[in-house]
Amino acid sequence: MSTTESTEAVTGVPFFLNGQALSANDGELLIDACERNGVHIPRFCYHERLTPVGMCRMCLVEVDTGRGAALQPSCMLPVTPEMKVNTETEATKRAQSGILELFLINHPLDCPVCDKGGECPLQDNAYAFGPGETRFVEEKRHYEKPIPISDLVNLDRERCILCDRCTRFSKEVAGDPLIHFIDRGNETQVNTFPDHPFSSYFSGNTVQICPVGALTATPYRFKARPWDLTATESTATVDSTGARIALQSSRDEMVRVLGVDSEAVNWGWLSDKERFSYEAANSDARLTEPLAKAGSSFDSIRWNNAIGQTAKALSIGSDRVGVLGGARLSVEAQYVWSKLLQGSGISNVDANIGDGIAADLVLGLPKTTIAEAVAPGSIIVLMAPDPKEELPTLFLRLRHAAVESGVTIVEITPTATSLTTHASLSIHPAPGSLGAVTEAMANQLFGTSVGGVDGSDLEAVAATIAKGSTDGSNVTVIVGRSNLAESADFVSDAVQSLLRLAPEAKFLPALRRGNLMGALEMGLTPEFGPGGNPSDEPGLDTEAILRAAVNGKIDTLLLLGADPIADFPDRNLVTSAFNEVNTVVAVDTFLTDSSARADLVLPAAGFGEVDGSFLNLEGRLSPLQAKVTAKGQARDDWMIAAEIAESLGMDLGFTTLDEVRSDLSASIPSFGAVDWDALGRSDDGPLLDQGRTWSVDFGSRTEVPAVDGYGLALAVDRKLWDQGTMIHNSATLAELPEQAQLSVSAIDFEKLGVRDGEVVTIESGSIRADVGVVADTGLPRGTARIHFRLPGLDIGELIDCEQSVTTIRVAR
Amino acid sequence: MSRLNTANETLAKEIIARYPRPKSALIPLLHLAQEQDGYVADDAMLHLAELVGVEPAEVLGTCTFYEMFKREPVGKYILNICTNLSCQLTGGEELLHHAEKTLGIRPGDISDDGLFTIEDVECIAACTEAPCMQVNYRYEYRLSTDDFDQVISDIRAGKRKDLPEHGTLGLVRQHIPADRLAGIESPEEAGTPDWFASRQPAPDESGKA
Repeated sequence: MSTTESTEAVTGVPFFLNGQALSANDGELLIDACERNGVHIPRFCYHERLTPVGMCRMCLVEVDTGRGAALQPSCMLPVTPEMKVNTETEATKRAQSGILELFLINHPLDCPVCDKGGECPLQDNAYAFGPGETRFVEEKRHYEKPIPISDLVNLDRERCILCDRCTRFSKEVAGDPLIHFIDRGNETQVNTFPDHPFSSYFSGNTVQICPVGALTATPYRFKARPWDLTATESTATVDSTGARIALQSSRDEMVRVLGVDSEAVNWGWLSDKERFSYEAANSDARLTEPLAKAGSSFDSIRWNNAIGQTAKALSIGSDRVGVLGGARLSVEAQYVWSKLLQGSGISNVDANIGDGIAADLVLGLPKTTIAEAVAPGSIIVLMAPDPKEELPTLFLRLRHAAVESGVTIVEITPTATSLTTHASLSIHPAPGSLGAVTEAMANQLFGTSVGGVDGSDLEAVAATIAKGSTDGSNVTVIVGRSNLAESADFVSDAVQSLLRLAPEAKFLPALRRGNLMGALEMGLTPEFGPGGNPSDEPGLDTEAILRAAVNGKIDTLLLLGADPIADFPDRNLVTSAFNEVNTVVAVDTFLTDSSARADLVLPAAGFGEVDGSFLNLEGRLSPLQAKVTAKGQARDDWMIAAEIAESLGMDLGFTTLDEVRSDLSASIPSFGAVDWDALGRSDDGPLLDQGRTWSVDFGSRTEVPAVDGYGLALAVDRKLWDQGTMIHNSATLAELPEQAQLSVSAIDFEKLGVRDGEVVTIESGSIRADVGVVADTGLPRGTARIHFRLPGLDIGELIDCEQSVTTIRVAR
Repeated sequence: MSRLNTANETLAKEIIARYPRPKSALIPLLHLAQEQDGYVADDAMLHLAELVGVEPAEVLGTCTFYEMFKREPVGKYILNICTNLSCQLTGGEELLHHAEKTLGIRPGDISDDGLFTIEDVECIAACTEAPCMQVNYRYEYRLSTDDFDQVISDIRAGKRKDLPEHGTLGLVRQHIPADRLAGIESPEEAGTPDWFASRQPAPDESGKA
């Protein structure tokens, strides 16, 4: 055969599959090329998102590269020109059957009681390719039946076929190699180090990719059989990454969440919070009926009374109402609420409840996508909280970018983060000096040190960012609020300076709350209306609403799924505001710290119970689909808004979700082209072009505070496992948050002269609290870190948001 | 039992410095831990994980891959008695049974005086000298039961100075001064070696150089 002819006929790498001339992509693995051309080769160890290892030998096929046909593992073999592949020969079939017989020698065949039974690749492949009978009559290998290797994952070593998927995932993808092959030969097993549990934030992924029933997740264990499950595609709402998921239920109860491979977003991976916090939806603590405060407890009331009373509380006078929250809602519900509030003239609306960054940064800065940000050769500036703690699936993409794609990561954070080991440069400005540090970079005035950062380090960071901008490589700034004890104004100042340093830089806002992007886009923010149009008469933001409340200028506080008492950084301000207002109305799924203090509580349908859509931090629209019926009398948020509007004599004209959607498409240009029916079907979801080009009005620079030489500047950030509502109400996750601790640098620790973990008293203003102290090498001198919302210490009590920086004194 | 003592920690750092990547030093470090305690203790593995910057599970994975790293305490002298073909034909099994009877222990156990552990091993590559045994991996050839008894009584009497205690790799430890270390740059950073650069390029398809 003439080589020239066949290469002309097809592009790529020409090869023959079962006699048919086909073409593979350059460097494509044989197993993938066959799959793409409709021939499925059985496999256990191979996974598209992991490095091939050729462990299981299940994918052996006959390959002839000119030296005669031979069995080769197709997952380890890139297609080469003129390769002749035969997946149907007798030799191939005998090999596959033989491999399966060997696998089944020690596999327990306890399929009837195995959670994987019915969706098990080993079972399926044994039926399709196996010998049907075994010749092995000896005793199988025995191990203790499932051993918990973490609070979430159980390991049954008898069932394990040693495919290396879980161990590869935890090393390559998650970077937490806490499980490993132990022992050797016939005794090889996957296990942890004794008493070092597999406490990775991503452990649930190993359960999903396990090709047998060796790894099972505690929340799903024995809950359902695969053939009883029905599934729908949806989006994880626990943070703003918007990871795509499959939501599975049995008998009208959500029982499992699986990651869906979305090329643009999560690559099939999920954090354990995204995967397991569905448990909260089934909690007995869910709100199931409208409640009205009666003395110190609640009475259940009828919906029409609840709607009527809410309407009355909202019609008290538009400037005497404050609305907090909205990030929990779907885009559609946010739109209806926004229309209702606009119609009532209420402009004191803020979905950003004082712990994020300014709305104009989110809406107005030039945005990029995750895929563009992590493209090989890009530069990522992390000026945000530790992504592993707040946006864990985004962290996996960033980590992959740094480790595999040679993306340069530059860190400008108050403390070291989980990306520090992968960052080429890390600077940790002292709290309060983020603006000054970035301004020094923009002005190229480095000096000996600015804000605790060495001048030469500063110069190196500035050069890297500026170089990216001049040589044309992508510069993406991931911008977020990395310190809750520091004013968000510093972030705006820093963005302003970075834009001077790198005018072409694009941004990804590190928003913690689920659909905050949607809320801001739908106008649940004081300065902008729906579609990001600046309001003529801006209302008050969260802090201003709370201050107005303290001063008796707000009568009604409406909480749209927000828990400001727990989440607003300044605890004293928020509790005094709650003490002063006349009426608090909460639309929520649980009685939180805040809704428990409400006068009126309206139960809302939550995650998995509502249809709608979700806007992630890139501005990508993805579906939220209802899988189960809402608990009790809980209702969709948009319906609650529509009813309140009706009660107020306003007709929004919405009786179905489709009507909301068509109105939304008609009134907001970026939603004009959205094909709502295709939303659940398209792969990644459409990226909405907001089409805005306004420049952010940064205002004046924030004053850099004087440093108290005897104190430590406080950096407050969050952990993935905190006392958030969803985690607290998920049976398996509730115990995961660790006790709050004060971390200080080794030098400061030595100065304190205390033992590791010794309880010290911290003091800010007149407030004191006791907490254990540890030394942390990731902290710069002079900075102390405490995680927000962990058991043992409410750090919010020490934060005064009138101060741009919180300084604490530590005493034994 | 324990983490590395101060002297051994210093030694561990010296060993780590010989490798381009700290993780590469794991096997010599596991030997060091075994030399210190006679076996590789869990705490020692935790210490090694800190020293080379990996997770303890990875140290455990490396450690358990090798039969000669013991994770439980063993006697001061491990007696590896071969029962593979050549030895079996010349009395290896009988030797093992004799050893079990005289020492009163089964393979894997420690004798009451803490001196001996017997192991029933596969071929130890001395078939011409069968039956044979290793005492802490040092050979005893063509062993009769009387010879075995002699070895045991010699050890008990302290006459076998040539046999170091279990875990000791050698009686003399090699020290390489820092200025004589070779090839410690990481493969990514290392340039093309001289011997490689000076090679003639391979001829291309047309046969031209």
